[in-house]
Amino acid sequence: MTLQAVTANRLADGAVVFRTPAGAWSTDVAAAAAVATGEAELLKAAEADAARQIVVGPYLIAVAAGAAGPVPTVHRERIRAYGPSIGLPGAGEG
Amino acid sequence: MYRYDDFDRAFLEERVAQFRDQVSRRLSGELSEDEFKPLRLMNGLYLQLHAYMLRIAVPYGTLSSAQMRRLAEVARRFDRGYGHFTTRQNIQLNWIRLEDAPDAIAALAEVDMHAIQTSGNCIRNVTADQYAGVAADEIEDPRVWAEIIRQWSTLHPEFTFLPRKFKIAVTGAELDRAAIRVHDIGLRMRRDAAGAVGFEVVVGGGLGRTPLVGKTIREFLPKAQLLAYLEAVLRVYNALGRRDNIYKARIKILVHDVGVETMRAMVEEEFAAVRTEGAIALDPDLVATITGHFAPPAYPPAPEAPAEVAVLEGVDRAFARWRRTNTAPHREPGYVIVNLSLKPAGRPPGDATSAEMEAVADMADRFSLGEIRVAHEQNLVLPHVRQADLPGVWEAAKAIGFATPNIGYLTDIIACPGMDYCALATARSIPVAQRISERFRDLDRLHDIGGLRLNISGCINACGHHHVGHIGLLGVDKNGEEFYQITVGGSAEEETAIGRIIGPAVSSADVVDAVERLVEAYVDLRRPGEPFLDAWRRIGPVPFKERVYAAG
Repeated sequence: MTLQAVTANRLADGAVVFRTPAGAWSTDVAAAAAVATGEAELLKAAEADAARQIVVGPYLIAVAAGAAGPVPTVHRERIRAYGPSIGLPGAGEG
Repeated sequence: MYRYDDFDRAFLEERVAQFRDQVSRRLSGELSEDEFKPLRLMNGLYLQLHAYMLRIAVPYGTLSSAQMRRLAEVARRFDRGYGHFTTRQNIQLNWIRLEDAPDAIAALAEVDMHAIQTSGNCIRNVTADQYAGVAADEIEDPRVWAEIIRQWSTLHPEFTFLPRKFKIAVTGAELDRAAIRVHDIGLRMRRDAAGAVGFEVVVGGGLGRTPLVGKTIREFLPKAQLLAYLEAVLRVYNALGRRDNIYKARIKILVHDVGVETMRAMVEEEFAAVRTEGAIALDPDLVATITGHFAPPAYPPAPEAPAEVAVLEGVDRAFARWRRTNTAPHREPGYVIVNLSLKPAGRPPGDATSAEMEAVADMADRFSLGEIRVAHEQNLVLPHVRQADLPGVWEAAKAIGFATPNIGYLTDIIACPGMDYCALATARSIPVAQRISERFRDLDRLHDIGGLRLNISGCINACGHHHVGHIGLLGVDKNGEEFYQITVGGSAEEETAIGRIIGPAVSSADVVDAVERLVEAYVDLRRPGEPFLDAWRRIGPVPFKERVYAAG
């Protein structure tokens, strides 16, 4: 069974966000709504949020059910969800 | 350095106010993303994989220490305390919030900086030889003309909506340090038989999915005719460049399709028309004023080949090695050019933290008359160092980890941000660069291998210039796995060449071993002192290919 979630960038700060079952947006992919059917409705709701200037560029991603919640299955989306795979040079700077 | 006048400052202030208003209207919902996107891109603000990214222009790679400090401050205040220097001599901040972007741009404008012409289908920020004005082999400072092109091209109404982006590079010496043959237009300063200085004009170079080496369409163009000639090239491109297919829209495709002879004829015809209708008359006073901005600084007298440096070289092998690889001859006796390597083993190529940027600014004030350059190879340069100060510069560079003696060597890797940051990437670049630089961190081995350029791109758009690396790696996606195509034999220098693919792409797990086998093949097969490209051209691909794929 293929699960899908919706991701986008938050308008004000660009942060990667995922639409939750409650219709809010979370930076934590584990909080995302993951659906096996009805992904078109999920995306449509997200697009309405884009039209209301909450998020930018929503799209569907494939996820799997993890212990703590949905986990992206595609490499690019994992990097997008969890951040760069490398240590950030500025880490530790004020 | 060029100093902004009232006109430049008023223009930037106006631009900041406009942008602030645009962002405010976007946040309030008055502007949709479709309406806002072209506006933010005209101010260098992209939406990338994780966040907004601000690409700040560093025109022709020249920075003052005050500007570098401001970049550090903006990165710390509005981003995550670091930036990434790019192959177009710009700097990118990866985590800018849209609501902060106007303040960041305003802070930059206070030190005569901006993010204009870093995106969009316009004439992009002009790049130049990082040793401009100081190289011992230079004919004239190319930045005078890069600045004139900047003033002419910014907001040029005719060239604001070209078929595609348009990149110009200028170099002032015979030795090409600006990769002019892989630009839409490359300009090389040269002398004609009578000794007059002008330009060789190269058109139609570029990398990306169709890598092509630019062709010379004018052997010698007098300086005074530069803008009229550029206008002619741009007009031909604007009229005939393909707008129907983004992959065929660059001028390189036009030049390739019509052929260099036809292109030359069309440009010359347009050039004649431009001149007949009254080309832009370059005011000699204005040219003189701009030239004055780039006049050599007043160099305090400095001893040539000071004894203390020679003594230190005699006793400290590490210093001697650094001096050999990371410095270049200066035109002023007693001075030297110093490269600061942003490629320490294991670090993302081209990245610098705010603290490091501030340290470089301090070094520039102390040792380089307050000036810094950005190289397209993603390193920084102190252009005016007294030879007697070399030991002090070396210590200061070591203190921030920017003294790795690897300029032009295998670990001086050019790499794009790749899939760790970029929305277009198909594979990661930075981790591969990190692993290669770790593998070859032994300096005896690195120096035994000798000069070797390795470039990595995370997708076919080739921002990491993989086509013109002596060794190039192109990240591709194969069924969700990262693989790397290996090209060999590329060069961005005088004999510009596109590397050729030597075999099947290798997996991420295998790519560092594959590079090592390729390099070992070169070391085994070379004649004494034979550079990599010479060996490759002499021997041909077969022995290299056999070694690379032997273990596979």
